[in-house]
Amino acid sequence: MTRSNQPRTLPAGPIRRPAAVVGLLGTAALLLSACGGGADAGTQQSADATPVSGGNLNFALSVDRGCIDPQQVGNNDAIAIARQTVASLTSQDPKSGEIVPWLAKKFESNADATSFTFTLRTGATFADGTAIDAASVKTNFEAIKALGAKASLGSTYLSDVSAITVKDPQTVVVDFSKPNAQFLQATSTFTLGLLSPSSASLSEADRCAGKFSGSGPFSVKSYTVDKEAVLERRTGYSWPAATNTNTGEAYLDTVTFKIIPEAGNRTGSLQSGQIDATAAISAADITLFNGNGFWNETRANPGVVYNLYPNESTPKLKETAVRQAISKAINREEITTTLLTEKDQPAKGVLSHTTPYFKDFSGLLAHDPDGAKKLLEDAGWKEGADGVREKNGEKLAFKVTYWQSPKEVLELVQQQLKAVGVDLQLKFTTIADVTAAQATKDYDFSYGNLTRSDPDVLRTVFASTTARGGSNLREKLPVDDTLGEQAAALDKDARQELVDQGQETLIKDAHSIPIYELSTTISANEKVHGLAFEASSRLDFYDAWLSQ
Amino acid sequence: MIRYVGRRLLQGAFVLWAAYTVSFLILYLLPGDAVSIMASGDEQNSVDPALVAKLRSEYGLDRPLHEQYVIALFKALQLDFGVSIKNGVAATQAVAEVLPETIKLAAAGFALAVLLGSALAIAASFSRNRWVRQLVASLPPLGIAVPTFWIGLLLLQFFSFRLRLFPALGNDGAQSLVLPALTLAIPTSAVIAQLLIRSLHQTLGEPYIEQIRAKGASDALIHFGHALRNAAIPTLTMLGILVGNLLAGAVVSETVFSRTGIGRLTVTAVNSRDIPVVQTLVVLAAAIFVITSLIVDLIYPLVDPRINTAARATA
Repeated sequence: MTRSNQPRTLPAGPIRRPAAVVGLLGTAALLLSACGGGADAGTQQSADATPVSGGNLNFALSVDRGCIDPQQVGNNDAIAIARQTVASLTSQDPKSGEIVPWLAKKFESNADATSFTFTLRTGATFADGTAIDAASVKTNFEAIKALGAKASLGSTYLSDVSAITVKDPQTVVVDFSKPNAQFLQATSTFTLGLLSPSSASLSEADRCAGKFSGSGPFSVKSYTVDKEAVLERRTGYSWPAATNTNTGEAYLDTVTFKIIPEAGNRTGSLQSGQIDATAAISAADITLFNGNGFWNETRANPGVVYNLYPNESTPKLKETAVRQAISKAINREEITTTLLTEKDQPAKGVLSHTTPYFKDFSGLLAHDPDGAKKLLEDAGWKEGADGVREKNGEKLAFKVTYWQSPKEVLELVQQQLKAVGVDLQLKFTTIADVTAAQATKDYDFSYGNLTRSDPDVLRTVFASTTARGGSNLREKLPVDDTLGEQAAALDKDARQELVDQGQETLIKDAHSIPIYELSTTISANEKVHGLAFEASSRLDFYDAWLSQ
Repeated sequence: MIRYVGRRLLQGAFVLWAAYTVSFLILYLLPGDAVSIMASGDEQNSVDPALVAKLRSEYGLDRPLHEQYVIALFKALQLDFGVSIKNGVAATQAVAEVLPETIKLAAAGFALAVLLGSALAIAASFSRNRWVRQLVASLPPLGIAVPTFWIGLLLLQFFSFRLRLFPALGNDGAQSLVLPALTLAIPTSAVIAQLLIRSLHQTLGEPYIEQIRAKGASDALIHFGHALRNAAIPTLTMLGILVGNLLAGAVVSETVFSRTGIGRLTVTAVNSRDIPVVQTLVVLAAAIFVITSLIVDLIYPLVDPRINTAARATA
């Protein structure tokens, strides 16, 4: 439920203006009421208040794809629901990126990161009462592999699994055919969260409808597609992750996720108290919730930031100088300051700053239009009569098809590129059209991000050695080896070095043209406390409570 | 009469088949398919293309068009429209679950629209002040021109967010039905009012009205006892189109007010290229049109005995 996901359910055209009208009306209403209240801050009340148990929290989501099975879903809205229903083998510290115990009290890997041993804690159970043991872990991972492409995230995390062995009821060993340093982090994600073995044999429809028995602090009470999902506290839950402050049952009796597709409705509903919190307020309305009885909390999504991915199978983008010039011509600062919220940050590298192993590469991403022009001149791209550069009668023009909001980001990039003689042609359309263009490889640039709190996301997105062949559609280069070695490096310093090296090459040779860090902002009524981001910037309701 | 109805039903079956076939073709030609959308997870994800291909083949999406079509049509004839690609629920069930919500909304919206529209038309016709009459008569074009979306947002802003009289979202209880139904009713009532104003004007100019007036009938008696019934016939002709309007309006109203219903379902199904669900909805919409226009033709003679539908049709 990132802001990028909102206006998806309607064609963008008709929505925008009316939504802006409501935004304005809302602003006016707020300005009036703001005169009275002098509250400032707008940050979440500090944690020293003592949590109280009870109540229902209404949380608005913008999209419902009709499925809340944690092992299948991949979009942020569904994840917000699914995350609460499962516990994972491990958890990840949002601050340090460290992998810490959850269902596995101990975990270790062999030296070449091909074999991982998990020792489970005792006493944890699935919602149907069966014990969470080593055999259930095996059943789960095998079920995820069997889901294939339906498990859009899990299938990539487990793609190289060669064997899953139950050593004893509390010990399970997962072996890989290739080194997999990312696997520990993968076990902390919701998608490898555990469902009762009986759930593995449910029909796809029943799993999607939430009829599975999970292992998390909440269970699905009811789910009506396009309307709401109600989660209720799991009684007897006492196996928190090491990253949570709560140690027993969840504080909230229930969490109701209401699906509100219209942005203006979400803003108004939060203001008027019809919902308590959401992470889907449009960038223009976010300041309405800075104080005045509300709070905002923003966190950049870890992983690969919003990027333009050059299709290097096309002759023009095969030219390194052209790609480099485009990256230099982009003024990232201008994009975040003029189009996004004050909390949004320009890209400082391929990875966002909340990603473990992040390193600041802003120096390589400075706005340098003169440098861009020089690169293009030297490469023989001369300005034509219409201001667009050309070489051998070929225009320096590129097509990008995208659906991500706000669509103005690429419109600004378009203007910035125009200033150096590059014509970026935009087609803002639906996800369906974009995935179609990607499937047929019919594009010059693709655009998007990938949320993952592990640097292996670089390999997933860029390496030509993955099954998909990487976003650049290029032949194999030395950087793919670096990214491959990173996936095998367990030593922290060694891995850091490889990740840095990989990122540097991707940026310098402009295989990656990073733009800005996607972020998620929770906007909530001030009676909401403890609603927090986990390491992947997904929401965690386990510590959340409502003051009366 | 029976032959007439039989023939109309045959024609209806043809319309349903045509709607099914055309929408099948359009969906096939549209870029993008449900499986790749699902696999993308909305981000730059990299599911193994072999796994994606496997899933597509499980859904039969890799077969040639004619094969897909024949299989789908054969099943559709047995009312099996397949399962929703996004969650495996039978498409007919997905539609049936939300249909009552839309029927409630459309019925409430239609009732409101008839009340509002007739009231406006009568007000326009009754008024002796030319200025008032023209003002009232200029409302319907405005109602038609203003986007439904905007009406919905305005109603939300004032009656839900400001005055907090009605909930902004959901389908729980009659309270939640008021604003969505009103949103739906405004443009529809404008259409009704416009038709009725014109037709009332025409009817009131008929010689028989002069005669009744000469006999000393009051304005009210002329309107409610005689003119309105005759003026209603042309409006009745438009019922099919009005129902279509209501369905289209439901898409907007259900989205703005976060209600479940077939309008919302249509938007999400089209966006995720969930072909089985879209096909079910298309056939349902076509069936509603067919049945509505059949009903309209059959009740003409009841409203105006001079019209004999069956005889006219066979003539």
